[in-house]
Parts: sequence; C-alpha cells; structure tokens
Amino acid sequence: MNIKKITTSLAISALMASTANAGELTVVSFGGAYGAAQKQHMLDPYTAKTGNKLLFEDYSGGIAEIKAQVEAGNIQWDVVDIEVIDLERACSEGLLELVPTSILSKGSDGSSAMDDFIPSALKNECGVGNIVWTIVYAYSEKTIGSTKPRSIGDFFNTSKIPGKRAMRKRPQVNLEWALIADGVPRDQVYKVLATEAGQARAFARLGTIKNDIVWFDSWSQVPQLLNDGGAVMGQSANGRIFNAIKKDGKPFKMVWDAHVYDLDVWAVVKGTKNKKLAFDFVNFATGTKPLSGMPDVAYGPTRKSSMALVDPAVIPDLPTSHLDQGVKADGIFWADYGESLGEKFNEWLLE
Amino acid sequence: MTPLTQINAEITTHPAGDLLTSEEVSLARRELRRKKLIALALVIPLLIFLFFTFVAPIGTMLYRSVYNPTVAELIPQTLSSLESWDGQGMPDKAVMSQMAADMKRLANLRKSGKLAESINRYLPGTSSVIKSTARKLRRKDDQKIISQGAEFLLAANDKWSQPEIWQALIKAGKVYTDGYFLTALDLERNDAGDIQQRTSTQIYIKLYAKTLRMALIITFMCLLLGYPLAYYLANAPSKTANMLMILVLLPFWTSLLVRTTAWIAMLQTNGVINSLLTSLHVISSPLEMLYTEFSTIIAMTHILLPFMILPLYSVMKGIDPSLMRAAMSMGAKPPSAFISVYFPNTLPGLSAGALLVFIISVGYYITPALVGGTDGQMISNIIAFHMQQSNNWGLAAALGSLLLVLILTLYWVYDRFVGASNIKLG
Repeated sequence: MNIKKITTSLAISALMASTANAGELTVVSFGGAYGAAQKQHMLDPYTAKTGNKLLFEDYSGGIAEIKAQVEAGNIQWDVVDIEVIDLERACSEGLLELVPTSILSKGSDGSSAMDDFIPSALKNECGVGNIVWTIVYAYSEKTIGSTKPRSIGDFFNTSKIPGKRAMRKRPQVNLEWALIADGVPRDQVYKVLATEAGQARAFARLGTIKNDIVWFDSWSQVPQLLNDGGAVMGQSANGRIFNAIKKDGKPFKMVWDAHVYDLDVWAVVKGTKNKKLAFDFVNFATGTKPLSGMPDVAYGPTRKSSMALVDPAVIPDLPTSHLDQGVKADGIFWADYGESLGEKFNEWLLE
Repeated sequence: MTPLTQINAEITTHPAGDLLTSEEVSLARRELRRKKLIALALVIPLLIFLFFTFVAPIGTMLYRSVYNPTVAELIPQTLSSLESWDGQGMPDKAVMSQMAADMKRLANLRKSGKLAESINRYLPGTSSVIKSTARKLRRKDDQKIISQGAEFLLAANDKWSQPEIWQALIKAGKVYTDGYFLTALDLERNDAGDIQQRTSTQIYIKLYAKTLRMALIITFMCLLLGYPLAYYLANAPSKTANMLMILVLLPFWTSLLVRTTAWIAMLQTNGVINSLLTSLHVISSPLEMLYTEFSTIIAMTHILLPFMILPLYSVMKGIDPSLMRAAMSMGAKPPSAFISVYFPNTLPGLSAGALLVFIISVGYYITPALVGGTDGQMISNIIAFHMQQSNNWGLAAALGSLLLVLILTLYWVYDRFVGASNIKLG
C-alpha cells in the first residue's frame, strides 16, 4: 500500500467518523428577516451547543417539494418550517413524521410543555408551533394623503382612499377580506365562503376594486411597492412591515382590522434518516429561550414562558396582542376549497 | 445525404463486378459498419443523457396525465362493491360499511388525506368530510364497523347520505382516466357519462388562446426589431459590427432574473421611464406600465431578441453581396431587388429565429410571473399553480401535454407550408 492510498483511506475514515459524531441536518424555512431571526436564535445556538452542523435553506411555502421528496423516496429536507394551512394537508397525506409531545422540554418557569404552549401550537400531531404570524395591510405615510385607512372596509373603498392596493395573487385572505368588507361577521366568514352564493359575493366585492389591485407573488415585493409608490396600501406578513419600519426606518403603518393570523410550525419530513436528530432540533428550537427571539421580527412566540423574556416595547406589535380584531386562518377550509377557489380565482382574473 | 449513406448507395446501386469485385464490396461494407459503430459509440453518452433528461421526464409526464392509481389503490374493495350500484339513490348498506372499514384502515395508516385530496377534486368540500369521518372511525371496533358501518358514516357527516359523494368515488377510482385532459379543455363528464362544457370554471382554453396570442405578438416584435439590426450587423464594417455584436450578446449572457428585475426598475410607477417623462413634463401623473400585458410583452421581447438576431445575422452574413448587384444590374430597383432576391434568401434564418422565439415564449414562466400581474398571465403560470399549490400533478401534466401537442401541431403546419428543411441556425 503506497502512501497516497493510506492517506486517502485515513481521510475517508476520518470523514466518516466526523459525520457519525456530529450529525448534519437540513433545516428549511422562509428566509428574509424571519429566517435571519431563526438562524440567530435557533440554529446558531443549537450548533454551538451540540456541534451538529445545520444546512439552512429557503423555500416559499407549499407542500409540493416535500411531496416530491417523499414520493421519490429521496429525502433531502429534514426539518421544515411550514404554515398550518399546509400542515393539515401534509400530515393527513402522510408526508410528515408524527412529533410526540413527550420530546418537548418544560418551560423555563417549570411548567409542563402541555401547559406552556398555547393550545393551537400542539393541535396537530405532525408539528410543534413556532410562531404566531399574521397578514395585515399597511400603508406609507408618505403617499397616503389626508384620509388614513382604519378598517378593512377602507381597503375596499377606492372613492374614500384612491390608489393602488397590493394583494398577493391567490384567493386566500383576499376572499376573507372581501366578505368582511361586505359586512359578513368575522366568525361567519368561512361558513359563508363554503357556499356558492358566498363565493360569488366575495368575488363580486373583490371585483369592485379589481382595476386598482397590483398583484404580487412574493411577500418581499410589498415594502418595495409601498416605498416606490406602486401601491398606497399593501397586504403583507406583519413581520416584513415591522422590519421595514424598525430596520430601514420606513414611514409605514399597519392596520390590524380583520388581520388573518396563523401559526408556523416545525415539522419533520417523513422517512428522513436523521429522525432522532431532527426531533432533537425541534425540541431545542421550541424551547423558551429560542422562541423568545422571534419577536425580533414581530412574530409572537408560541410558549407563554417566552413572553416574560420579550422586550415590552415590542409587545404591541405582536399579532398575539391583536387577536380580538383578527380571524384565524382556517386550514381545513382551504384544504377543502383551495383548489376549486384557486381555479375560480384564476378565471376571475382573466375576466 | 450524408457521405456515409452516399457510399452505401453507390455500393448497392452499382451491380457487383461492374466497378468493384464482390470482395471489395464486402470489404467496403465492413469498413462502413465499423465507422458507423464508432460514430454511434461517440454519441452514446449524449443519447443516455437525452434519455434521462428529456425522453424519460416527458414520458412520465404524458403517463401521469392519464394514469390515476391513487384512489383505486387506497379503497379497492369499496370500489369493487360499488360496481353493483346503479348510480341512482343510495348504495347498499354493505357498500357503505365496506367504505367505513376502508377508511378506518386508511386513518390508521395516515393515508386518509390522500384519499380526501383525490375525491375533493371531483367534489370540492369533501376533503374535510373524509378526513373528519376517518378520524372518528379510527377508534371504532372492527366487528361493529362490519355490522353498523353505514350508520357510523351517516352519523359522522350527513354528506354521506348524498349520492354525489359516491359518484365522486367512482369517478376518482378509475385507474386510467381522461378526466385530466377533459378538465384541461374546460370539459367534464356529466352523471350520464356524456362529455359537456365544464359548469364550474372555464379558464384553460382562454389561457391557451391568450398564450398563443402573446407568443405571436412577441415573435412579431422580435422580428420587427431584429431584422433591420441583423441586416445592419451583416453589412457594417467588421469593426462596428463586432462592437454592436457584443451589445447584442451582453444581455444574452446576463442572468434572466437580472434582466427581468431591471425591467421592473424601468417600468414601475416611480421608475426610470416615469420619472424621466414627468421631469420632461410629457406626462403629469405616472403611467401604469408594470404588472400588465404590456410589460410582459416588452420584457420578453427584450429577453428573446438575441434568439432572433443571431440566426438572422448568420444567414445574412452568408448571402453573396454580388446577388444584389446582379439583380440591380438587370434593372431591378433596390426595393424590388431586396424583396425578390435578398429577402427570400434570409427566409431560413427568419424561420429559425421566429420558431425559436415563438416556442420559447409559449412556455415562458418566470418573466410573466414577475412582471405580468393580472393580465400578463400565461398557461405556464397556471401549470405552476397546479404543481406547487393545488398539487394536482395529473392536471398539470395534462396541461403540459396539451401544450406539447399544440407546439408539435404548429410545427407540423409550419413544416407543411414552409418546410422544416428551410430552417437554418447558422
């Protein structure tokens, strides 16, 4: 055996040993300021504590990639940050591992995990709640003019406040808002939207501002649209607007009326080879301390014990402080009607 | 005719003994076979590559658009017992109990969601019915399900008492289905099994028509802008031509996303063009250019322009300048010499460029998605919707297959009237 061969085999065995000791995990989330906060408060501390290497990737939501990986038996993602609206489907289609609540650690105040988490965070057996986030609309003080919008009705009233409205090009949230603006009580929205008449009513209301809507596909476009005057009001994830106000000093204001809130959860992709490690990471990331870092981007932590560690100045900006004005996004409704309303929405766009 | 086949033809057309002895003929044939084998060996890597990256994916896509095994695999017994049902009124209690048993099994395997998603496509709103019923059945005793399964179903949700849900089961249970293709053509089968216009939404035909219209406009725009430029490039002194050629190629080498985003910066409400026009007092309030069909067409024309210029340029470069001189010396005026002599000679490059631009723009996705807004949508965007959001991969495959058929048909029509052999890329 020559020297070269020996060194090669030594290098290979060293490499194998190192991967056996310190695991490697692929964690996937939404990127942006939110991803940066997760990296700072969840991923980096985890690597520092355990020595396990984490690959952090971005995606834009949905379950298509997870489905493709599970169906092909080629799992590349281990842990995924997923919206509850998608979690419901992914879990019942067998794309995710069941996460036993027994893996979760106690809160820093000693309360059990079951008591410490808000109930909706542990409602689905495939994931552990991570943040409460919401979709609001925001405007820029610079372009809004003298009449400031206050309600969702103002968003749909172009004679009171003229100008473009930026909305995400999908039926979700838009149809809920249209119905609320049309006078449907917040707690009846999904019941009305499940009927043909209710759907027609929502599209009719949306139609009244159709010529004033700027459609976007990615949340990152909204702060830019508000800033350059492309839209006077824009629908956005609250964290994006918060970040633009705090970090970039933009003169934006959020309107909390009828905001549609939801949870993001950590879930583990079915069939991953690193299941044990993945659970370990989920447990760490949903601990009191890491969760208390999420308000950096104005997303509410899902543990009650984390709130004690949150800067009081941020609390009014968290979705959890405005739940009485909001609507909880209904994942079960959208699993039922997501596709048919998606088609109707695209048909309506073409009209 | 390639040289190799030419030799082959010569060998066979000459009677043996006329020019070559039979030994020489067989020797030449052997030599020819050897050369062919070497040539084949050289292209084998390419063929393997093409198989895995082109033939196999397209084959799978075509197959997925008609092959729909999910429901048939999940509830085979319910489906076979449903065969005895005449489609009128309600199925037997035994059928319903069988369904209850199947659903309990699926709930424990965590596959009820798959069933729910498939049935929901035929009857929106069913997904939650199936999932919640399956959850309730999970804890029921097997023996009781056999005897009282039907009652359990009806107690769990009253939708089970409507024939529609059972009809949806039968429709979704067909392993080979034309349903995806019918949907892609805005058609559906009614309960009697006849094909009719889809009652819920009519969208795909409209989108195909719109996609074709936009692709034609973009091709025409590229032609309008590219032809004179290619002509100038081909006839300018080489120093100027090289300089200009770099200007054509530079955007070609720049990332597609960068170019699309640059158009956003140009066209947006307070973007470059609007600010310029406002400061020159040409307009008083900003024009709306971004997120429209206009912005899609303008951005795609810019992106696809090199595909038109390059083949045109290389063909024009090869046209002998003495042809024009000859035409004029025979008395033709410059315009008529151009039309009857020069232009016909550029047709191969023009066909190649037009075909390239047209085919690429028909399937374009990213630019319409970014600058298209509402009325800049094309068929590719709805295919992406079914791939990424609704997860209806069967329908996405059918839409993609139809797009493929459409392009092949247009190519065939083109070949009939213009002739594919006239295409010249360089």
